Amino acid sequence: MPIEILMPALSPTMTEGNLVAWLKAEGDTILPGEVIAEIETDKATMEVEAVDEGVLGKILVSAGTEGVSVNAAIAILLEEGEDKSSIKDNAYRSDPIEIQNTQNSEQKSDGQPDINEPKTGKVVSENTKVPSGKMQSPLIANQDDVRVAASPLARRMAEHAGLDLAKISGSGPNGRIIKADIDQVLSQDNALKLPPVSTVTSPSIEPSAQYDAIPNNSMRKVIASRLTESKQVAPHFYMTVDCNVDALKQVRMELNEKVEGTKISINDLIIRASAIALKQVPEANASWTEEATLVYKTIDISVAVAIEGGLITPIIRDVGAKGVKEISVKMKDLANRAREGKLMPEEYQGGTFSISNLGMYGVKEFSAVINPPQGAILAIGAAEVRTIIKDGAVVAATLMSCTLSVDHRVVDGAVGARFLSAFKRLIEDPLTMLL
Amino acid sequence: MTNTKYDLVIIGAGPGGYVAAIRASQLGLKVAIVERESLGGVCLNWGCIPTKALLKSSEVGHILDNLDAFGFSAENITFDIKKIVDRSRKVAKQLSSGVSHLLKKNKVFTIMGTASLKKKTGDEFDIEVIQENKKHINLKSRNVILATGARAKALPNIEPDGKDIWTYKEAMVPNHLPKSILVIGSGAIGIEFASFYNDLGVDITVVELQDRILPAEDADISSFARKAFEKQGIKIKTSSTVKSLKSKGKNIRVQIDSVSMSEEVLVEKVILAVGITGNIEKLGLENTAVEISNGQVTVDEWGATREPGLYAIGDLVGAPWLAHKASHEGVICVERIAGVEHVHPLDTSNIPGCTYSRPQIASVGMTQKAAEDAGHKIRVGNFPFIGNGKAIALGEMEGFVKTIFDAGTGELLGAHMIGAEVTEMIHGYTVARTLETTEHELLNTVFPHPTLSEMMHESVLDAFDRAIHI
Repeated sequence: MPIEILMPALSPTMTEGNLVAWLKAEGDTILPGEVIAEIETDKATMEVEAVDEGVLGKILVSAGTEGVSVNAAIAILLEEGEDKSSIKDNAYRSDPIEIQNTQNSEQKSDGQPDINEPKTGKVVSENTKVPSGKMQSPLIANQDDVRVAASPLARRMAEHAGLDLAKISGSGPNGRIIKADIDQVLSQDNALKLPPVSTVTSPSIEPSAQYDAIPNNSMRKVIASRLTESKQVAPHFYMTVDCNVDALKQVRMELNEKVEGTKISINDLIIRASAIALKQVPEANASWTEEATLVYKTIDISVAVAIEGGLITPIIRDVGAKGVKEISVKMKDLANRAREGKLMPEEYQGGTFSISNLGMYGVKEFSAVINPPQGAILAIGAAEVRTIIKDGAVVAATLMSCTLSVDHRVVDGAVGARFLSAFKRLIEDPLTMLL
Repeated sequence: MTNTKYDLVIIGAGPGGYVAAIRASQLGLKVAIVERESLGGVCLNWGCIPTKALLKSSEVGHILDNLDAFGFSAENITFDIKKIVDRSRKVAKQLSSGVSHLLKKNKVFTIMGTASLKKKTGDEFDIEVIQENKKHINLKSRNVILATGARAKALPNIEPDGKDIWTYKEAMVPNHLPKSILVIGSGAIGIEFASFYNDLGVDITVVELQDRILPAEDADISSFARKAFEKQGIKIKTSSTVKSLKSKGKNIRVQIDSVSMSEEVLVEKVILAVGITGNIEKLGLENTAVEISNGQVTVDEWGATREPGLYAIGDLVGAPWLAHKASHEGVICVERIAGVEHVHPLDTSNIPGCTYSRPQIASVGMTQKAAEDAGHKIRVGNFPFIGNGKAIALGEMEGFVKTIFDAGTGELLGAHMIGAEVTEMIHGYTVARTLETTEHELLNTVFPHPTLSEMMHESVLDAFDRAIHI
């Protein structure tokens, strides 16, 4: 079924924007993560990245159109095997409140279409009168300059505790760090401390014709410190399997004929398979602490999503209890909101196991860095047609290289291997995911 | 139209209900509101508003008693209690029709009638409304907010009778001025009536079960207030209860028991101000999963009851029983229903409480005892009205401003004020606490001179041993 590409919101207060340019034309193939258009508000111009893969079937809003409402359909993406005849003119709603309510469906009883009718044409999101100089997401306190938004009390508490405000995410208005955020950090073990005063501070960077000095935003700093810590502290150990995904591709195609409301991707199936494999090998769903190894009771999978300027890992909670459709819907929602910078801290902090997929970029295989304090991360490569030997003959098959990085303090080689083996069995024989 | 579908139906149009309705309409929801008595609820009609109008009259009376101090003289000053009451009723009526106008302007379908929930058959609530003309209307909605408020509580041995044993309602519309009144309960309501009637020359006795008046306030406020009221001639009996009431001709003989003794007083009227209890009856709540405890509806921090889609706010759900708390609960509840992002539950520690007696009292945050009990090392600042230029110029030298800070972080833990106009000033501290101020920002804020508000600054200075004017 064709997919609508919607006008994204660049900030929590944005209600409409201008579609400046299309970077893809009708008929072009689109891969997830590719930039397909540019949109602008009075505050900035941003790129729109594709979430799904397919062929750009029809552009609904032409370049140069102003005043396009957030969540209005701007183009149609055709899936594999579809052509323009699949596009029906009046099959698409551009209904902002509907989308909002889908995202907040936990808060109300199921299926409340009445609230979705826009009564006054106003979008349900909050007031637009906040005079913030930056249209920042609550995720990142401050993207462009060094000053971090924090309440006076939070600032002082951080100072007393030796905390670096740049490494703390704020849950206050416009990403402001408030007392509750500092309280939360102080109650956690892995507080992000400032280096002691006696260490040598890095030499100040002088302007030069050789480089552009781009200040490090909070996200960059967090990525830098956490992953450096991870590599320094956790003894990483890597194992790779190649999975034949011909059967998986077939299952996916069949599922998508039957499923409604979403499109199942290979990645969704990988997430499901990982959860089942973790149920079979629970020791791979664990964390190292000096006192004890924590074997988690639920499977919360952090899925790496590339966003502008870095990456973030939104979490799908309790994957063990979710079917592929639920995973697919949740993943799309999280990925969209991750790219719009609209994730809540509890949606990307935590998790018991991670998955990173660079297949869409054509990467054959890679070894990922573990997200502390998790015990493992699964790196998925591109599904490529390669030659294999089957029954003594050379045949072509679609293979996908998956590399598991484990923290050897908590996950031994044998445990990691058992996980990978279970994972491979599920991927290669997708029906077994039903067992 | 006997059957109409709404996104939200609100039962009760007091400050909780009507504010929630207007917010819901702003967010694009189709809303209906049902009110069985008067728009604006108790607050506008039998509470906050009319009492403030009455207290303004008694304040005028107090000024008239002291004209000489300001260089005036007048003879034969009289007042007419009926006119005083009339004015307060006109004020109430004006505001109530104001609410009607606001609801209309915001396209909230407003029905005067009594609502009750029928047993739920689908995923919508079926609300039956019996209008004043006895006609029935059925409303359907997935979401219902109960905002029916509360009424005065009685004591086991004392029931209001609408004649001599009054609740706040009767106390607000006396048809003649009693010679003497016994006020049972020294919370904001009891103290406000005591102050009002006392300033009109009525003999007032206040009885309080606990060991101090205004038990919800900081201990220093309670003791200062007691001294101020006693100086005005109000008799105060704490750690006391009313043992019995007996009619004696035009009066009532009351036996008051305290720790060490028992005494009898003779009064014309009694005002019962010992608390309120939620209006939970006849709503059809037995048809729902709603949990009731102690006359209040149990809700989570969003106002949701145990019945999905059914919410409750305001006096119905518990302390503090304040209109502004109800309004904010209503807004938060509606925003959650409408799916607004980044809604936070109400920070109940930052709700100011005001008593409009003479002198006024206003406070927000922790009392000193609460702060110490919670383990804070504190710094306390105190500034008396007598040290403030404007206060002296106004002739209002009775009062103080007390601020409590965490000694380590400089967090403003609580502020307690007593004296003229403090109810209009407390918001400064509430705003500061919302912004998570430390003493630093308050010290560096410029307060205008000459105002009473400068005392708010001086109190902070005092907490950090930097007071200038004392």
